[in-house]
Amino acid sequence: MERPLTQHIDLRRPAFTLKEYEQAGGYAALKKAVKELTPKEVQQVVQDSNLKGRGGAGFNTGLKWSFVPMGDEARHPKYLIANADEMEPGTFKDRLLLEGNPHQLIEGMIIAAYAIQADISYIFLRWAYKKAAHLIRKALAEAYEAGYLGENILGSGWGLQMHLHTGVGRYMCGEETALLNALEGKRATPRSKPPFPQVSGLFGKPTVVNNVETFCCIPHIVSNGAEWFKGLSKSEDGGTKIYGVSGKVKRPGAWELPMGITMRELLEEHAGGMANGYQLRGVLPGGASTDFLTTEHMDIKLDFKSVAAAGSRLGTGTMIVMDDATCPVGFVHNLQHFFAQESCGWCTPCREGLPWVEKILLSIEKGEGREEDLDILSLHTKMLGPGNTYCALATGAMEPLQSALKYFREDFERHIHEKSCPWNGHEHR
Amino acid sequence: MLTQEEINAIDHEVKLLPHKKAAVIEALKIVQKERGWVSDASISEVAEYLDMSPAEVDSVATFYNLIFRKQVGRHVILLCDSISCYVMKYQEIYVALQQKLQIQFGETTTDQRFTLLPNACLGCCDHAPALMIDDDLYTDVTIEQLDELLKKYS
Amino acid sequence: MPVIFIDNISYNVKAGKNLLEASLALGLDLPYFCWHPALGSVGACRQCAVKVFKDENDPQGRLVMSCMEEVKEGLRFSINDKTATAFREQVIEWLMTNHPHDCPVCDEGGSCHLQDMTVMTGHDYRRYRFKKRTYRNQYLGPLVHHEMNRCIQCYRCVRYYRDYAGGKDLDVFAAHNHVYFGRESDGVLESPFSGNLAEVCPTGVFTDKTLKEHYTRKWDLTMAPSVCQHCSVGCNTIAGERYGSLRCIQNRYNSEVNGYFLCDRGRYGYEFVNSENRVTKPLLRNRPIEAVSEQELNNHLQVTLSTGSLIGIGSPRASMESNFALRQLVGVDNFYQGISEDEAYLLRKIIGVLSSGTVHSASLKEIEQADAVLILGEDIWNTAPRMALSVLQTVRKMAAADATLQLKLPQWNDAAIKEFVQQEKGFLCNITLLNSPLDEVAASTLRMAPDDMARLGFAIVNQMDASQPAVDNPDDNLLYHAKSIAAVLQEAKRPVIISGVSVCNEGVINAAYNLAAFLTSSGKSAGLCYVVPECNSMGLAMMQAPSFDKAVRRIEETTDTTVILIENDLYRSIPSEEVEYFFKRCKNLIVLDSLFHRTTEKAQALIPVASFAEGDGTIVNYEGRAQRFYQVFMPSNPLIKETWRWLKELSLLRLQKSNGHNLHPDQLLAELETALPQFSGINQTAPAHNFSIHGERIPREPHRYSGRTAMLANQHVSEPKPLQDDDSPLSFTMEGYKGIPPSSAVPFFWAPGWNSVQAVTRYQEEPGGSLKGGDPGIKLFDLNGKQPTYFKEPPEAFHTRQEKWLLLPHYHVLGSGELSSYTRALQELSPAPYAILSANDAKRLALAGGANIRLSVAGKNYTLPVQLKKELPDGILLVTAGLLGADSMNWNSWIKVEKV
Ligand SMILES: Cc1cc2nc3c(=O)[nH]c(=O)nc-3n(C[C@H](O)[C@H](O)[C@H](O)COP(=O)(O)O)c2cc1C
Ligand code: SF4
Ligand code: FES
Repeated sequence: MERPLTQHIDLRRPAFTLKEYEQAGGYAALKKAVKELTPKEVQQVVQDSNLKGRGGAGFNTGLKWSFVPMGDEARHPKYLIANADEMEPGTFKDRLLLEGNPHQLIEGMIIAAYAIQADISYIFLRWAYKKAAHLIRKALAEAYEAGYLGENILGSGWGLQMHLHTGVGRYMCGEETALLNALEGKRATPRSKPPFPQVSGLFGKPTVVNNVETFCCIPHIVSNGAEWFKGLSKSEDGGTKIYGVSGKVKRPGAWELPMGITMRELLEEHAGGMANGYQLRGVLPGGASTDFLTTEHMDIKLDFKSVAAAGSRLGTGTMIVMDDATCPVGFVHNLQHFFAQESCGWCTPCREGLPWVEKILLSIEKGEGREEDLDILSLHTKMLGPGNTYCALATGAMEPLQSALKYFREDFERHIHEKSCPWNGHEHR
Repeated sequence: MLTQEEINAIDHEVKLLPHKKAAVIEALKIVQKERGWVSDASISEVAEYLDMSPAEVDSVATFYNLIFRKQVGRHVILLCDSISCYVMKYQEIYVALQQKLQIQFGETTTDQRFTLLPNACLGCCDHAPALMIDDDLYTDVTIEQLDELLKKYS
Repeated sequence: MPVIFIDNISYNVKAGKNLLEASLALGLDLPYFCWHPALGSVGACRQCAVKVFKDENDPQGRLVMSCMEEVKEGLRFSINDKTATAFREQVIEWLMTNHPHDCPVCDEGGSCHLQDMTVMTGHDYRRYRFKKRTYRNQYLGPLVHHEMNRCIQCYRCVRYYRDYAGGKDLDVFAAHNHVYFGRESDGVLESPFSGNLAEVCPTGVFTDKTLKEHYTRKWDLTMAPSVCQHCSVGCNTIAGERYGSLRCIQNRYNSEVNGYFLCDRGRYGYEFVNSENRVTKPLLRNRPIEAVSEQELNNHLQVTLSTGSLIGIGSPRASMESNFALRQLVGVDNFYQGISEDEAYLLRKIIGVLSSGTVHSASLKEIEQADAVLILGEDIWNTAPRMALSVLQTVRKMAAADATLQLKLPQWNDAAIKEFVQQEKGFLCNITLLNSPLDEVAASTLRMAPDDMARLGFAIVNQMDASQPAVDNPDDNLLYHAKSIAAVLQEAKRPVIISGVSVCNEGVINAAYNLAAFLTSSGKSAGLCYVVPECNSMGLAMMQAPSFDKAVRRIEETTDTTVILIENDLYRSIPSEEVEYFFKRCKNLIVLDSLFHRTTEKAQALIPVASFAEGDGTIVNYEGRAQRFYQVFMPSNPLIKETWRWLKELSLLRLQKSNGHNLHPDQLLAELETALPQFSGINQTAPAHNFSIHGERIPREPHRYSGRTAMLANQHVSEPKPLQDDDSPLSFTMEGYKGIPPSSAVPFFWAPGWNSVQAVTRYQEEPGGSLKGGDPGIKLFDLNGKQPTYFKEPPEAFHTRQEKWLLLPHYHVLGSGELSSYTRALQELSPAPYAILSANDAKRLALAGGANIRLSVAGKNYTLPVQLKKELPDGILLVTAGLLGADSMNWNSWIKVEKV
């Protein structure tokens, strides 16, 4: 089984230096791209590979790039940004790539920048990733030194600057347009679309934002071709995927696996099954803003389409396992507390709706819930649906709630009828 | 007054950007790094240096939860309260910390040693529960380890 | 015009609009918060949701925010769709979770956009059962009151204050449902446009603090359309009264002039009407009891007026009617403008060029549509504030033009345009004496002495056409700027030149004309604006009467002259030495004014007159736009009458006739048109006094007006008969015509379901467009295609002088307006008198900032603290002008300065 993204990652030893990375074949893809391919050809091979964005929305990456205006008429500087904000609760896959092999990310970014003819690029890294920040700084210096960054890269006449930007908190910074505002030194509220960032992005200039994992796939696609990349997958989405599992399983962790393995394989083979004494009740397959799947979904394929067909989203592919010793109401309350807290405060439904949801859940959890509360919760799952809010934060927040109301409704009702939490485990706030 | 080091660091950031204002978050980070937190006076100083008004700077500063607009202790404990840590019972760690430090979330010990804050997911959910003290990350934290951990920070 | 379908009914709508604008223009009810016609759309509040359908076979549809979606041919959407209405109701429910239920005690109650929208969506019962969030309020100064708990987070205040008006000290803080709108810390709001917050905020967070001090519900006001009296821009206002006191000034939309916004001088400068300082009784001086009855006054005047010669001194702040009535009373040859010869001279030039038909005088709307603005000399931030607010928009719109072209973004998409535009600015060149808040948006800012400003103006024209006069000995700097500005102006299609009289310089006036005339004759639709000192300076100057100086010469030759002086504190515009000399020479001084001041003290006979709120009149703004203001309330004191009415009575006395006929403003204006053809058309500014619609008059009181039968019950048991107004089509009742009156006679904005100022949309052709029936005002100047006659002689370069400084006035937006300075709230914000020197000059005099200097002007000594400004050109001394009680100085003369 090929593991292109993580083959050189071993967290027990230091990450590759530039030299080690080159020895392992690193930066060959960049050389190939810059010397043998036109920017449009790079876009095309990525589009053909059917690489879908790993940030959660699953949009075809090459297609996304193709909206960037090219040629002499295009406005410059153009920007390319790696979204390394990774703040989706339950998500820890980009950390692996960042700490494990920063040069891979940098190479992927340079190739992507070449494909859209970007001039300046940023790695938007979340504040907490101190180790990654250190490694990236070092790797950037090496890449500049080696001439992979800076003016006239590999004699192509094209140049690229790359900077590391570390955040100061706020989940919203991961939303790609809010991220742009944060980079501009503003409040991280999202922007209206259209115009899309590809046309009017950072500082009003054409901009592409992709997830770290997305970029890490790029060198391999360029080196080995679109067909090879598609061949890695067990489904129609191209490539491998970093899947992860957290919660009370035997071996929580993250693994690079073919796109489209089943949930059962992931949970039982890789995560080792549930920890002793615990039963699986549900999982959020791709971070906090995805719908619950339950034991009945064990055999679905973990790719964008199949998970969607099962009523959830692949999201970030890092799943959170809810066991039978955890109160579903408390679980969902914890999530809604997070989302309400992280709402940027720009649009009404999210700013006012989420705190209401959170308060209701807490009161149910404390045994103070009322019958009609469940209706108000359901109402919110509809009212905060796609398109109703300004960005996808609130919509994402409703996913675990609506599915919890579907799969764990009796648990909610028991809280209300028994006027206490059967697990007696509400948060200490 | 901004110190020369702060000014140098801010100037460096400004140089990378198309206009001065865009460096405001960087400037706040720089000031916080030097001073531990961002006081009203610091806001005004940054504002003046970047040709902004204090309101403009504070508007940005108060948006981000890791810009501290109130004085914090010498060490800041960020305890992850997000979902994987919830499943792995961060609450018990919190109770233990409350007892040991006699403070709740958002508070600072009377000796100014620690400030305890909740923090959204630290990105190490496979090793929950997790917490950070200053720049150091601790994973798979148990109540038993806490004393040992806290001892490192005076 | 695209055809769209709303709830399956087809409509023709204007291309480029969003669905919300289109719906409102069609008169449909669709709630909204964050959208504002002047601020555009950002899509934040989610209140304006509608359902859009792919085609008639799409049963599902998609919820969209109507303010963010452009109309397209064939587009179908539904306002009444169940999901859409449910969602809109839900949005209100969310907003209400934290909104206090304090409507009964809220200033905004009854004229609240949030109330209207709540009723409109049908949300009524509360399901939220948790505690509300509470905030601490801030002290924001004497003008604006803050009550943060009422906030619904629509972001309009910051978008207006910061993005639209360029303010820096109000912003949004924190995140999620803790967002807070206010200042960084308590303190006076710095923007002179802060009062608009009260109208921009859809609920009661920001309210008019002066109204609060004598609060009355807005529906209980007796209101009339008025025109601001505090500068030459002539913003349209709505003035409201109850119980005989003027309670507030609100914006009256006029798309050509003030649009949606006023400046704080205009909004808050009204309190003088209620002040203790009002003249309320006729006074005859040097009697044991000076206050006299009307009969005694008449007896006295009959004698005075029938002997000796009579001259009249007019006023730039009195209406056309009053000035003209004075001219009629004293005779053409005996009527003088009450302003200095220097000022009159500049105004004559301005009238000359504007009436030559070779240039177009631009309205504020036209300024906002310009693609290049050159300000030559005038400090408009302080002398014509609302114009400065327009210039801010010009620059913004110019920069946005690129976005709308390149990205095909509709103009209303404020959020997207801002992100595209970033720090780009349009072309504004601001040439003034001192730095100004406008500099921040200016592409080029130049600080120079007035003569050099004029030279630069000439040099720019010379750059565009070498046959135009060149300046002598230009330095490189001048040529460089001339060249670069010329290059921009040549590219422009709609350039506007703004200048004015406040730098007291003829060359500047000439140069501004040459620029505008040249641009016009090269086929551009260029505009020219001259800012003049007072609200009717332009109208008075158009009467072409001699200046006050001529009146002094005249009175020197006689000993038996009676002077009638109206609404004019001469000390403000004429050095006191000269004023006193004049008063000594006149045999009798009859003064008509509404306020006591230094001039009224000298009157032998003082006659109380109506303020703008108590009378009708017409004034002419800087662009030559004549506009009518109406009586808001009839003073209970029958002795308070319009100046023109008193003057007519005086003329009857003089002619020894009894009251022959009743007089209306229309009749006076008709006589004015006949006597002075330059005013032809002025009588069209407002409907005739006997105008009615289907026999109905226009009520000054909304039909929600309460307490009519009870409000005076403590005085009379029976309900008093409504007062009769024979001068205008407005009535003092709540009965009358309920439709939309002619645009110049709109006393208030109200429409079913729309009790807040947002109702204005119903009076417009389209949101943000002209008022139905055209915007009010008649322009008295017109382009006629004549060839311009250019001014030929650029001045010499400015040279500093040994030990002497060129003395020029320095104005303050809050403080320098005469009438407004009698208002307590503005007094609080007005500076104490001071002088300004360049930092260099201060060094020459060994002065530090804050030190005192002494100057002697026209025989009087003044000691003033001095401020140092680096940017001020050397050789110039600025002294604050127009502040309450401040003397006029010999502006534009060279004076000595001593260190104290
Ligand atoms: C509230 C919110 C938070 C997000 N956070 C992240 C994040 O931390 N990292 C990330 O890559 N994408 C995040 N996304 C998705 C991004 O908006 C964007 O779709 C993604 O970065 C695009 O990259 P991709 O095309 O490579 O997937 C977030 C989206 C939302 C709505
Ligand atoms: S849904 Fe609305 S309030 Fe929530 S984060 Fe997005 S824009 Fe901000
Ligand atoms: S008015 Fe359309 S979203 Fe606010």
